[in-house]
Amino acid sequence: MNRIENLFRELRQRGRKAFIPYIMAGDPSLRRTRELVLLLEGCGADIIELGVPFTDPLADGPVIQRAAERALRRGVTLRKVLQTVAGLRKKTSVPIVLMTYFNPVFRYGLEAFADDAFGAGVDGLIVPDLPPDEARDLIRVARRKGIATIFLLAPTSTEERIRLVSRATTGFVYYVSLTGITGAELPPDSEIVRMIKRIRAVTEKPIAVGFGVKRPEEAKAVAEAADGVVVGSSIVRMINEDAEGLQRYLRSLRRAI
Amino acid sequence: MKRYFGIYGGRYVPETLIPALEELEAAFREVLKERSFREEFDSLLRDYVGRPTPLYHARRLSTHLGGAKIYLKREDLTHTGAHKINNALGQALLAKRMGKKRLIAETGAGQHGVATATGAALVGLECEIYMGSEDMERQALNVFRMRLLGAEVTEVPIGSRTLKDAINESLRDWTTNVRTTHYVLGTVFGPHPYPTMVREFQSVIGKETRRQILRAEGRLPDYLVACVGGGSNAMGLFHSFLKDDVEMVGVEAGGKGIESGLHAARFAGGSVGVFQGCKSYLLQDDDGNILGTHSVSAGLDYASVGPEHAFLREAGRVRYTYATDDEALEAFETLSRTEGIIPALESAHALAEVMKLAPGLPGDRIIVVNLSGRGDKDVEHVARIKGVRIG
Repeated sequence: MNRIENLFRELRQRGRKAFIPYIMAGDPSLRRTRELVLLLEGCGADIIELGVPFTDPLADGPVIQRAAERALRRGVTLRKVLQTVAGLRKKTSVPIVLMTYFNPVFRYGLEAFADDAFGAGVDGLIVPDLPPDEARDLIRVARRKGIATIFLLAPTSTEERIRLVSRATTGFVYYVSLTGITGAELPPDSEIVRMIKRIRAVTEKPIAVGFGVKRPEEAKAVAEAADGVVVGSSIVRMINEDAEGLQRYLRSLRRAI
Repeated sequence: MKRYFGIYGGRYVPETLIPALEELEAAFREVLKERSFREEFDSLLRDYVGRPTPLYHARRLSTHLGGAKIYLKREDLTHTGAHKINNALGQALLAKRMGKKRLIAETGAGQHGVATATGAALVGLECEIYMGSEDMERQALNVFRMRLLGAEVTEVPIGSRTLKDAINESLRDWTTNVRTTHYVLGTVFGPHPYPTMVREFQSVIGKETRRQILRAEGRLPDYLVACVGGGSNAMGLFHSFLKDDVEMVGVEAGGKGIESGLHAARFAGGSVGVFQGCKSYLLQDDDGNILGTHSVSAGLDYASVGPEHAFLREAGRVRYTYATDDEALEAFETLSRTEGIIPALESAHALAEVMKLAPGLPGDRIIVVNLSGRGDKDVEHVARIKGVRIG
């Protein structure tokens, strides 16, 4: 069984929720990324979402766009991110999920990518521009290696899409809290709660909510309804602008979730 | 409606947009059957756009090149000065029927932005156009035209600051405002149903050409030539002839030459990938990141190409080649001097291929070239290249 599924099962038994921080691999350097993963784990992260830089991140807001540009300028590639994860596996077994756009994976070759991701110790994949309708090949190669393919739902999702995505996803359902890009404003709790109820009506798989969660109060409100909370843009911003406040911020998120 | 052309096409976008694309496909399918839509669209194409556009026998150009008989399909004579208006009006009417309040669009050369701003003004919708900073500089005149038409023009200062970045930003806007906004994609590219829908709205070019050449010559042409950025003017011309014995040539932007790396020739210098909503040919590095492109013409300066073109190339139905900046500039001047028609730099790429092709053919062969836009917008840019100061 996949580490992610195990984790959610365990958390559920203990009545706890997953804290899932996101960082951009290679921003500001891959060495720093290795340190940050360990720091995040030390601050109570349950799963770490590692962004792979891409030239055209169309689902991302300005904070993560800029982080990707910085990482690309330093020559960070999908291959190097996989090597970084492999290196980290000597030190930690915290579940790591890659968030990558599809073209770098396609270019790598799906089979080769699944082999190398498995070899490196990657637990799951989030590919924001690959809806399950187009993901048959990726699902097949990932499943063979026990790598979770995590699909997304959005506030615009119809009942039909909720059923389709819930069926296709493994690990958890990633609910995009807002109609928009990463780092935008979070909608009222009631909207998020209503959507989570609709998803729960069709699946027992865990649901994590991301895009737009910044303040600990927001994280707390979301965690009451969901099984996990993803926080990205605000962490990426602090890594670059307020490294000293980072630990305190991470711990406050952990407490809230 | 099929999502793929062979292995090319698809719908590679964030989940948020999938319901909107499904809604769009359903609405598009609906209006295809609806007589009142067809009538409204056709009457606007006639009375507002000025269709049918002439198919003009370019005698002096033909004589100058000394070979085949050359006809120009005069899309440059449409209202707003390029074929882009056909699609922009079609989508504006569709958006209005869908109850959308706002249109957004990307633009490279500015022609699609102007066409969308025009469509928005005509049907009474709000309009915002995204344009890369580099293109805004190259096409300052069109920026002002869009603003005159009541559109908001938003600069995209990130990435390569050209068309692809304007598309990213449009997709981000659409993801955010999808409930009230329709995204008027300007070419036969992006997620399904855009490649099919844009082709349908542009197919009027080929349908007219077919009628006109039969009337003028009593037979179909031997060659069709069109430039290919995303590829909408080419698809619009080619589509009605795909089943006929007519050779077709698509001309990409060769920039400063393929070896230089400074070009936008996706077929000559690219490989298969997934970008901005579909699987097609694209210019990418070994790690799957998108490469910067270069062309003297902003409208062809794009890293990928419509998926149906990728399919037609693979099927051997259409031949794809490229013209360099210098060749396009030479064709730009040649047409201006021999026929008194200043072509858009995009269309000049198609003419550059005609200049290579025509002299080697006997005089009874017929070439139709799509003169997809007029060159007024490029005059300042060409003057700058030639080191001439105007104004």
